[in-house]
Amino acid sequence: MSELLKNIIRFILFILVQVFILFKMPPLHRFVTPYLYYLFILWLPFSLSRMSLTFIGFIFGLSLDYFVKTPGLHAAACTLIAYVRPFVIGMLISQEGADKNYIAPSIVSMGWAPYATYVIVLTLLHHTYLVLLEWMNFGTFIYFIGKIVASTAVSLLLVLLTELLFFRKQKFRTNTI
Amino acid sequence: MRNAFLFIRRHFNFLFFLVLQIIALSFLFRYNKFHEAAFLNVSTEITGRFNERYNNIEYYFQLKKTNESLVQENLRLRQQLKENYEGPDSNRRQINDTIRADSGRSIVKYQIMEAKVVNNTTALRANYLTIHRGFAQGVRTNMGVTGSQGIVGSVINVSRNFSIVMSMLHPNFKVVAKLKKGGETGTIDWDGLSPNFVTLHAIPKSAKVAVGDSVVTSQTSSLFPANLLIGTVDEIVPDNSSNFYMLKIRTATNFSNIEYVYVIDNTQYDEQKALEDSTRKKVQ
Repeated sequence: MSELLKNIIRFILFILVQVFILFKMPPLHRFVTPYLYYLFILWLPFSLSRMSLTFIGFIFGLSLDYFVKTPGLHAAACTLIAYVRPFVIGMLISQEGADKNYIAPSIVSMGWAPYATYVIVLTLLHHTYLVLLEWMNFGTFIYFIGKIVASTAVSLLLVLLTELLFFRKQKFRTNTI
Repeated sequence: MRNAFLFIRRHFNFLFFLVLQIIALSFLFRYNKFHEAAFLNVSTEITGRFNERYNNIEYYFQLKKTNESLVQENLRLRQQLKENYEGPDSNRRQINDTIRADSGRSIVKYQIMEAKVVNNTTALRANYLTIHRGFAQGVRTNMGVTGSQGIVGSVINVSRNFSIVMSMLHPNFKVVAKLKKGGETGTIDWDGLSPNFVTLHAIPKSAKVAVGDSVVTSQTSSLFPANLLIGTVDEIVPDNSSNFYMLKIRTATNFSNIEYVYVIDNTQYDEQKALEDSTRKKVQ
């Protein structure tokens, strides 16, 4: 399957899972909103230019927004993490040229520790920005901090489960570098 | 000039990012104020179709609950009928009838239509329902919406076949309510903590309130007919700094399993609104 087709299917699946499963679940606590959809942005290929990455992030967030009727909320957060992603990858990539030898960020291409850091940093960034925008309308400071921490913890658990369930095999492409 | 172009080329990615952020934030904050955003009509139609597919599947799993709530509602309606036949105030009804005869036409103030809920959230900060009826079926904005047990919200956006209902679980939703026993009125709003509770403000401390009392819609609410159930008093919070109670109300509607709702059309809403607005202009 081509990389483009794979990502288009992921786009649709992540939005449907987020809207029809994670947002439909009865909430465990008012601080906990499980988010998984932004994993789509973390899984995009290395080869995308920074501009197209930002733009894909915006479109992806906006299409989720139209399902939950908050135009702009998730779009703003997705644009932010899509823009910041290349900087984080640049800092964390361990072997020289791993971003040329592999297609997309994963445990195989980056290694356990750098990949975990990458996910944690972007998850925290995404949740902080999202809750900040919500908080400006509404809520107390305890709500702000509590929701960031609780939602991040639940989201990281979901990401871990997804990574284990859908383990992405990545081929080492020697002749590209 | 050349330096300006060089600057733009050099920081193009960052500027592009900024532009997208500004677009996103302007969508967000304009929407919160006026409940409208670019393409929302079109997008409601599209996302509504997805929601309808999903709801078709979900519907089968909730048939039992739907049946139960319909049976309960039937029971309630039948009891009301009996009361109506034996009602002591049949005289007053006749007075109403003579007015109708004088004006030469019957006055129907509220018309009610059923609608199927195709999307519903309770877990978010601001919750909306999507119902499968639009302006083609006669829904317009500012109509009240009730469920089989109690009130649900009000219509804020309409497309051809779908409408968006602002649920009672929304920080901007307000409705005038009164205590069924004493008749004191106050306003209901949602504090965002739990989907089972709303807050009733501005009930004077002189009112006699007990836990379990019914709270119903007031006749001064222009969206709803009077005496529709909103919920029951769950906790009385005496606010020492003022002369008013803050009442925690358990909602009559269970928002997590709504399948059908009723849209209430107040046929005299426009007339009342126009009169009130023109008066406000005159006084100013």
